[in-house]
Amino acid sequence: MSSLTKNTLAGLREILTRGDASSVEITQDYLAEISARRDLNTFITVTQDDALASAKVADQIRAAGQASLTTGLPIAHKDLFCTKGILTSCGSKMLSNFISPYDAEVVSKFKNAGFVMLGKLNMDEFAMGSSNETSYFGPVKNPWSPTHVPGGSSGGSAAAVAARLTPLATATDTGGSIRQPAAFTGTSGLKPTYGRVSRFGMIAFASSLDQGGLIAQTAEDLAIGMQIISGHDNKDSTSALIEVPNYESLLNDSIRGLTIGLPEEFFDSRLDTRMQSQIEEVIRIFTSLGANTVSVSLTHVAEAIPAYYVIAPAEASSNLSRFDGVRFGYRAEKPIDLTDLYERSRGEGFGSEVKRRILIGTYALSEGYFDAYYKKAQQIRRLIKQDFDRAFSLCDLLLSPTTPSTAFALGEKSDDPVAMYLEDIYTIATNLAGLPGGSFQAGLIDELPAGYQLTGPAFSESKILNAAHKVQQATDWHTHYPEEIRNV
Amino acid sequence: MYESVIGLEVHVQLSTLSKIFSGSSTSFGASPNTQASLIDLGMPGVLPTPNAKVFEMAVKFGLAIEAKIGKTSVFDRKNYFYPDLPKGYQITQLDAPIVGLGHVNITLEDGTTKRINITRAHLEEDAGKSLHNSFDGLTGIDLNRAGTPLLEIVSEPELRSAKEAVAYLRVIHSIIRYLDISDGNMAEGSMRCDCNVSIRTQGSKILGTRTEIKKQSTLKLTARSIQLKMASKLFKKRGCMTLIKMRRAPCGPRKRPTTTATFLIQIYCQSS
Amino acid sequence: MSLSGADIQCVAKLARLRLTEAETTSTLSQLNSILTMIDSMQAVITEGVAPLAHPLELTQVLRIDEVTEENAREAYQKTAPAIKDGLYLVPRVLE
Repeated sequence: MSSLTKNTLAGLREILTRGDASSVEITQDYLAEISARRDLNTFITVTQDDALASAKVADQIRAAGQASLTTGLPIAHKDLFCTKGILTSCGSKMLSNFISPYDAEVVSKFKNAGFVMLGKLNMDEFAMGSSNETSYFGPVKNPWSPTHVPGGSSGGSAAAVAARLTPLATATDTGGSIRQPAAFTGTSGLKPTYGRVSRFGMIAFASSLDQGGLIAQTAEDLAIGMQIISGHDNKDSTSALIEVPNYESLLNDSIRGLTIGLPEEFFDSRLDTRMQSQIEEVIRIFTSLGANTVSVSLTHVAEAIPAYYVIAPAEASSNLSRFDGVRFGYRAEKPIDLTDLYERSRGEGFGSEVKRRILIGTYALSEGYFDAYYKKAQQIRRLIKQDFDRAFSLCDLLLSPTTPSTAFALGEKSDDPVAMYLEDIYTIATNLAGLPGGSFQAGLIDELPAGYQLTGPAFSESKILNAAHKVQQATDWHTHYPEEIRNV
Repeated sequence: MYESVIGLEVHVQLSTLSKIFSGSSTSFGASPNTQASLIDLGMPGVLPTPNAKVFEMAVKFGLAIEAKIGKTSVFDRKNYFYPDLPKGYQITQLDAPIVGLGHVNITLEDGTTKRINITRAHLEEDAGKSLHNSFDGLTGIDLNRAGTPLLEIVSEPELRSAKEAVAYLRVIHSIIRYLDISDGNMAEGSMRCDCNVSIRTQGSKILGTRTEIKKQSTLKLTARSIQLKMASKLFKKRGCMTLIKMRRAPCGPRKRPTTTATFLIQIYCQSS
Repeated sequence: MSLSGADIQCVAKLARLRLTEAETTSTLSQLNSILTMIDSMQAVITEGVAPLAHPLELTQVLRIDEVTEENAREAYQKTAPAIKDGLYLVPRVLE
């Protein structure tokens, strides 16, 4: 790891502004690191030549005195965001040959802000998974331990930031896919409110749950990134017409008097005792900073998992129907008729977790089952949203563990889908209610990272980042990275 | 006495400049796939952007037929696989259409007017076109038409003859032309008619088994098709052949037939 | 609610997924355990609760009716597996 790549995004911004290093130098160092850590399998595509070319342009712009604060900073994108002229695979064989003809809005925004793209990050296939073991391009390893998963589906994004292969990574979260891998890899991750970030060009898994977000080392870095990606987009009519605050300027607000709700359902006897003590440490820090806590209840939160595992697969089964071998993507060889074309292209192009979810989703939407499954799940969804609304009348933010325990071993849960789904227990309700949630570092348990989660009312990202930033100013958990631990 | 029961579903292509969910042109006759944007092609990651004009046009039509206008209008996905349906689903309206119950008046041959109720009218997107010309046993798909806005107008099954059906279609045509929401050109496909026909004992409230006649491209063809379909249904009814896919009651007991010629001319026949 | 191998094949047909014998067998037990988990929803009382389709209560933003797309057929068809004369080719469709 070079001295440059150890930096946070804010740190690199300083360095570029002061002229202590050029964008080309920074980019070269990151590319070298990425190359040295191929064992982690975090990148599907490294855009080496394009990155160096953009970095060169960034330096020229800076030399001409026309650089913005973000010109020349590095970024890597989860391979679910369409990138024009570059492979966009979604971690799937189905799109293993798909060169996107256009850029996602998030990608365009970073480009326009002068960021240099390092490449496309590995992920669970079509964002379906909690371990990054379902990728067609092989699993991602957790930089903290090569035999453990980094979490998913944004495993590549989280592992790359943890291993300091990029200071900032885009990611997506449908049931916890930003927060859980952030917790497993000792990084900070934010899933914004549904509608805060444009989904145009973000390959759809479950349209009413998906949201694009970020993974970085610190809340401050997330604030810098959020400023770039937030806002209404005409091309995504579900994106909110709500003003974007200045996230960075709100980071240092005092949190004296902030009321933090502790959902009693998340702190019951099932919580691992060591995870509990880490979370209690976080609570102590909050109270020392002047916040107070209150117990709240999310009555229906246990039903979030079954409701989610009806809604998400149902929406996914519809969204994935476009992958049929006709206009793009994998096409089976020598189809004998149309049905064969469809069945074999999809049967061969999709992995087993994706097929499983398509089957569940199709079943839940089929005639005779719609009311019992899909409609019922939507009703539970409303009850869950009401629970959160009630809780937020009593507090400003909710605090909980992000995951039941630290990262599990590779292969440990891959044969038991239900066990895998239960990993999402703390994160999933937030997606059903469309609320913002972040995961932040909470120390280590047996040398593996733990994370705590902050959930807020709609469009309260600035409050979440502010609270997390204050904790990061009072602790050093966010400064730890795997190499440092291993070298001790 | 049997009577024919005819309901019509008219698909009207709305004459907007751009498609219902994308900014592609809707003009007729362009070279294949030159008016198919990323959204029309159902590319990964794209999202629909609804066109304000289509709602205006639908509401105009609703007001013209004195219908209830849906204050909340919901779009649904009808999922099925077909190559001219790029997303694998059609965006349409199921339970909450933009236009509710309305009516038109048609003038019968004897000069009297008859009220025909319209169950609903809803917005949806059109599919592309399949071309079966010789492509060595393959079919060519043109998605220029995919995403063109359609207003589907569904009548109650209150039409009783091919002539009434034609009269109804003429009224619909004149409304959409007068409102300037469509050019109503059947030959070009901007007005298409699907007919649902069945027969039942006169006076009965139960509907017989329905047969669909799809995509008639002229009024004359529509009338002819309805007549032929009615005749074949009546013939089957008399012969009491088992009808396939029975969702409603099967045909009644055997009756003495009248002549075939009578059937073709009038659509009523003797029975009890 | 328990599915049989035949049920899986039926749903797979609806979803246009070709499953091998082995896949059908392994999927069967996994799907049934997922369905058991999902069935726990039935214990929740939802009488009179309106389904929530979308987390935000927003009014749909509408677009002005104008042509904003240009012909980009060549660029878009670069990703296509089978093209002739600008048309996407599929095995013969019988109507």
